[in-house]
Amino acid sequence: MILIKGGLLIDPANNRMGAFDVLCEGTLIKEVAERGRISVPKEAQVVDVAGGWVVPGLVDMHVHLREPGFEWKETIKSGAQAAALGGFAAVCCMANTQPVNDCAEITRFILAKGAEAGGAAVYPLGAVTRGLKGKELAPFLELRQAGCVAFSDDGRGITDALIMRRALEWCRMLDVPLCCHEEDESLTQGGSMNESELSLKLGLRGLPAMAEEAMIARDIELARATCGRVHFCHVSTARSVELIRRAKQDGLKVTAEVTPHHLLLTEDRVADYDTYAKMNPPLRKEKDCAALIAGLRDGTIDAIASDHAPHENDVKEIEFEKAAFGLIGLETSLPLMLNLVREEKLSSMRLIEAMSLGPARIMGLSGYGKLSKGEAANITVIHPQAEWIFDRLSNRSLSFNSPWLGEKMTGRALLVMVRGRIVVQEGKLVGNGVSD
Amino acid sequence: MPKANQKNWKLVLDGEVIARSISRITYEILEKDRDLSRLAVVGIRTAGEVLGRRICDRIAEIENVRIPFGVIDITLYRDDLSMSRAQPTLKGTELPFAVTGARIVLVDDVLFTGRTIRAALDAIIDFGRPARVELAVLVDRGHRELPIRADYVGKNLPSEKHQALRVRLKELGADEDGVYLVQSAKEVNK
Amino acid sequence: MKHLLGIEGLSRDEFYLLLDNSREMVEISRRDIKKVPALRGKTVINMFFEASTRTRSSFEIAGKRLSADVVNVSATGSSVTKGETLLDTARTLSAMAPDVLVVRHSASGAPAFLARYLPDTAVVNAGDGLHEHPTQALLDCLTLSEHFSARSQGIEGLRLAIVGDVLHSRVARSNIWAHLLLGNEVRLVGPPTFLPPELKEAFGADSSQCRGRLEVYYDLKSGIAGADVVMCLRLQLERQSQHFVPSLEEYSREYGVSEKLLARYAPNCVVLHPGPVNRGIEVSSEVLDGPRSLVSKQVSNGVAVRMAVLFLLATGKDTGETTIA
Repeated sequence: MILIKGGLLIDPANNRMGAFDVLCEGTLIKEVAERGRISVPKEAQVVDVAGGWVVPGLVDMHVHLREPGFEWKETIKSGAQAAALGGFAAVCCMANTQPVNDCAEITRFILAKGAEAGGAAVYPLGAVTRGLKGKELAPFLELRQAGCVAFSDDGRGITDALIMRRALEWCRMLDVPLCCHEEDESLTQGGSMNESELSLKLGLRGLPAMAEEAMIARDIELARATCGRVHFCHVSTARSVELIRRAKQDGLKVTAEVTPHHLLLTEDRVADYDTYAKMNPPLRKEKDCAALIAGLRDGTIDAIASDHAPHENDVKEIEFEKAAFGLIGLETSLPLMLNLVREEKLSSMRLIEAMSLGPARIMGLSGYGKLSKGEAANITVIHPQAEWIFDRLSNRSLSFNSPWLGEKMTGRALLVMVRGRIVVQEGKLVGNGVSD
Repeated sequence: MPKANQKNWKLVLDGEVIARSISRITYEILEKDRDLSRLAVVGIRTAGEVLGRRICDRIAEIENVRIPFGVIDITLYRDDLSMSRAQPTLKGTELPFAVTGARIVLVDDVLFTGRTIRAALDAIIDFGRPARVELAVLVDRGHRELPIRADYVGKNLPSEKHQALRVRLKELGADEDGVYLVQSAKEVNK
Repeated sequence: MKHLLGIEGLSRDEFYLLLDNSREMVEISRRDIKKVPALRGKTVINMFFEASTRTRSSFEIAGKRLSADVVNVSATGSSVTKGETLLDTARTLSAMAPDVLVVRHSASGAPAFLARYLPDTAVVNAGDGLHEHPTQALLDCLTLSEHFSARSQGIEGLRLAIVGDVLHSRVARSNIWAHLLLGNEVRLVGPPTFLPPELKEAFGADSSQCRGRLEVYYDLKSGIAGADVVMCLRLQLERQSQHFVPSLEEYSREYGVSEKLLARYAPNCVVLHPGPVNRGIEVSSEVLDGPRSLVSKQVSNGVAVRMAVLFLLATGKDTGETTIA
């Protein structure tokens, strides 16, 4: 038995926020009651979180764990542990490994590695097409049975509308989301940053906003016609938000996520060819950031997801147009998003919802996102004022590609409990699988 | 150009003395060798160019002959380029006569360490092989760092090495010609 | 100035310093002994990751005329083709510590990347991707200043038309920066696929600080009307796979510069072309070989400009001034 006391409970599912204590037994939440009301059995472990936020275990629904195939960038173990240190009780990992997660063996491999990692729980997504080639559908039933929670060809867009249609039909039957990286590759060839006057000035080919928007428009229509569930990954433009808002108003089953970097940064970050700000979709403009935040506030965007994309030095410290896309984000999402709350651009309740209940609902992860009696004990405790430096020493991920490396962060997860077991306490990993 | 009547500027040669020096130097040049067929005057930019032109004018007055005149910009020949503060602007070198076999009189305002003259000699030799190069300066202030000497000197002005000498010429915007010694505050108040 | 990475960011004074010094360097190329000792003992490395005989030999001659020790490194046949990354190359160069590094690279931003890793070296951009080619713009301006030497305003107050694939041209970009700096009227002429709508904003043409004017024309005749200078850009035939123009014939018909056209719409203009030229496509042989063309002067002025750049950077670097552009 574990009692978490003295904290500020933020429970979006029940729309309640206040001084509540939480008692956990085994893998479940036994009781949630006002402070001091729970009678504590003698053998219970008592954790006093002294004003920290007690929230449902955070879920990052879009990460790249790189294993199998790219273990020098990240392993499932290092990624799951980094996630836990970042406050996440669960992560959903994408299928663009090597080999691609397009068969049951790979899915089982990922699940097994995740189970022994000693960090956040790992839920794999299966590929939509074999090898992510966009030509043949992957075996959806087999992958679902093996344990995939959703499907995605993320890393690539599904350019062929027929493939997209078929995939939607399958996903509708399985009642899982089709998570889409919306990029029409014929419009983005050779691009490395947002197509704008800045890309013109810098002499870099652009990734135009229309490549994302046109694809989203197409897929909304396909979802409408097939009644499939489409989820838009890493939405990055104002127009995309508008399209999604309209689709939701029409009653379609569409959901969307946004990354912390698209909420906070603009294309100006690449003005001196900084490859650490190079990502796909690219950083856009101030008006896009504002629209994304507004979309997050009004529910058009359901979730915040980091799109954690670890890369080694060799593929980042090179010419801009050749550098790999992406940045790590598991350990910085929380403090960066807390900045939005501090700047009063987002309420704390909405933030927690977007980082726990939102993703859990989309991915159908029962046991996440709720702090009620009888629910699984997946809990995160946040100290919103904790100051720390994000640098090579603090970073658990095997990669360091982040534009924020070396900066001061405010806000940290002090405690993370996964299925009743504490994996992070006082900001450090505990339990088995911690060595190395 | 800053006004010359600053408190710490001491006039050591006035316009009249300068004019007489130019005249005397000109006569000495003509005396040295009466054959003017291969004579050419080359001024080192910028003040040397002005003085060189005045010498040419004087020769024209005395002998009724226009001697060829050239200018040298020694910027590309200096040995201290990496140490200079300001970005150098080139003003160009032009020697519109046959250098090989010529008797060149090089003209500069002040002879000091001798490095400017060395650079000017390098420049001249890049254009050809002169029969002879002579040096005429308005002021010799000593402190040579290289074995260079002037053939014609307007005035000898011994000075301390750290002191600055300023030459003001009408063609370069000054109200009147003058050579000034810039004194430190201590010296001014003595 | 510590580096010359582009014309963007140069002040008018710096631009004229480069131009004026280039003019003086021309004289050295007319002497019998085309050499001055200004960069004696200095090392200049020419690192060309993109093939180029003309620009590279221009920089080589420039360095040698200043008595520098010039080393040429080309990408083919060097460790670069063996898979060495730009970062490794930067580290190797850093160990050699040249005084000046001249870089041409197919990736925009590569010279800036190298400059970050070479703190004691002055870096000259000899063309990076689609970004800039500053010495080309300088030699174009030197050529124009010689032609317009009788004009009281020099090369200011001119109307210049740049015709062709502006989108993919680093020469166009550098020239646009230069002419806006000089307060000239710049007209970009070509099909809409080569002239994206963000162009004016990209060059800050609408801001109050911009001294010049920038306009976009899709019609060649109105674009070059009354121009003092017409600059033709090379149509890069490799671009065809990306469908920028429907066909070469159509491009040449609509945007090819001919004598008949110039005589009618810009009778007093002179013509520039950065080379190499697709004769008959972007410009006719008649114009290219005729009296309007300043192309041969462009080539010979290249050495003078590069001498001025090497001279200013190699001697200025120790004053520790900040990077430009």
